[in-house]
Amino acid sequence: MLLPRTTRLASALRVAVNSRLNAFSRFYSSAAPRTLARTPLYDLHVARGAKMVPFAGYFMPVLYSDESVGESHNWVREKAGLFDVSHMVQHRLTGPGALPFLHSVTPSDLTRLPQFRSTLSVFLHPVTGGIVDDLIITSHGPDGFYLVTNAACKDKDLAYIARNMKPFASDVKHEVLTGQGLVALQGPLAKDILTEYLSGLTGSPVDLSKLYFGASMFVEIPSLGEKLHVVRAGYTGEDGFEISISEKNTETVTTGLLDVGSIGGRIRLSGLGARDSLRLEAGMCLYGHDLDDTTTPIEAGLKWVVGKTRAMDGNFLGAETISGQYDSWSIVPRRRVGFLVEGAPAREGAEIVERGTDNVIGKITSGCPSPTLGKNIAMGYVRSGFHKRATEVGIKVRGKKHSGIVTKMPFVETKYYKAP
Amino acid sequence: MASLLRSLLTRPVFKPAYTTRVVVHRRNFTCLRNTPRTTNGSFYPNLAAALVPTLLPSIGRSQADRGELPATVGITEYAQKALGEVVYVELPRADAEVEAGEVVGAVESVKSASDILSPLSGTIVEANNELGNNPKLINKSAEGDGWICKIKVDDPEDIEALMSKEDYDAHVKGMGH
Repeated sequence: MLLPRTTRLASALRVAVNSRLNAFSRFYSSAAPRTLARTPLYDLHVARGAKMVPFAGYFMPVLYSDESVGESHNWVREKAGLFDVSHMVQHRLTGPGALPFLHSVTPSDLTRLPQFRSTLSVFLHPVTGGIVDDLIITSHGPDGFYLVTNAACKDKDLAYIARNMKPFASDVKHEVLTGQGLVALQGPLAKDILTEYLSGLTGSPVDLSKLYFGASMFVEIPSLGEKLHVVRAGYTGEDGFEISISEKNTETVTTGLLDVGSIGGRIRLSGLGARDSLRLEAGMCLYGHDLDDTTTPIEAGLKWVVGKTRAMDGNFLGAETISGQYDSWSIVPRRRVGFLVEGAPAREGAEIVERGTDNVIGKITSGCPSPTLGKNIAMGYVRSGFHKRATEVGIKVRGKKHSGIVTKMPFVETKYYKAP
Repeated sequence: MASLLRSLLTRPVFKPAYTTRVVVHRRNFTCLRNTPRTTNGSFYPNLAAALVPTLLPSIGRSQADRGELPATVGITEYAQKALGEVVYVELPRADAEVEAGEVVGAVESVKSASDILSPLSGTIVEANNELGNNPKLINKSAEGDGWICKIKVDDPEDIEALMSKEDYDAHVKGMGH
């Protein structure tokens, strides 16, 4: 005998709500603030048909006019995509106290970072060595550093820097480049487009062939009245550049690149949509998902970010844990690894179990169908012991167990322009 | 809450004069009430899936009334567009008994996975296995060849209670899409 319809439907609705809660809890927790900030390229995005979404307090383009994430992704891998990443936070640290300060909050050995070279680094929590944020540090000389940190961690990072800078306050100046634009030109055709654009703009040939992966340079542009900062880096696994531009010139430079790149149909604006699948194929972490306050760089597979002498000296926040982990894998409780997953794509939060059992040994932190490979890729943390390549595991997706296998990353070979 | 539900369910239903696929819909309004109007995805990189309304065609009213034919379930054109390119579909098992609102499968794009909620209580009689080889059928023909499963409905009266195509289209328009 069926219950009255309203009761049935009410309970069905409750089931529906609960089962959707996972999908929507993130939506609720990142409820759009009353006013969202706009990057210098907001108008350009809208004019070019972008679907704008709130992210980290900004309106950001996710996709442009009717293209799919897969199409956008493939374009970057085959030609060149231009991303607006102006929402990310750019900083300058100058003064004799800049290096000592950075040494106090990161495990990096910046004495070994040549001028105009960049490195991935991490801000660490005291004692636990958990990651506050990951960032790129570029050296502009012994007394000057340029930093790029994650947009979503802005408030947390600024408070962290302010707090930890106190002992160095008289020797270091910290400047947040508010409003400064940042665009990423990524893909095999990026270097041609940028070379042509800069050469055209300056009236003389600009040679990017010696600007290797991780290196940076300033390009003086008299007609714009500024020098552009160009780093050969990115977040896609492709050869590419990140270009820092003053707020007033960001749209000009972007339009210029689009115009040059449109000759031969080489360039397209790319939104945030494809960024996740691109970086995941390249095996790169996303803070807030693959890295968080509880993960140490060693657990996260970023041991190389920790300088050997720094680990020995142990004079940075979190060294109590990091130095120990650096010396001995046996005390590292879990490891970040990549997986290929059969059947349904595994997504963040999916449990990883020992093959053939229900024993939970870890969790997926990022995952998606790989447009380039046509397979499901994922990364996650597993208990040490289960991290070896080719280990077979089960991954629970919607209650069903799918086979996963620990796989080397990057999933798709990266094409960084490295020195011969 | 219950009264909201009641008011939604007493809307007029679209009654076809002939046997054909007809679109009637049911939306999960509890979620929608809190949803900001402008976006369907909010959190790079994991865009929250747009609420995917389910589609329910009634196949020939008189026959469905008598419970003779199963009802075909899929997602709507609007939902298919919001989802983007479908790369994987998880289908329900045949013979599974489902409640209205229960998750019967999922539709996945590169960016997100959306649950498919059964709009009706009944028994799954068939799942569209074509979608295993060709998940993009849902994009090409969400309301046609991209059907997801067929349900033998427990109570044909439930079909009456679902939202009509006009009301659904109006609702989608009202959301600014």
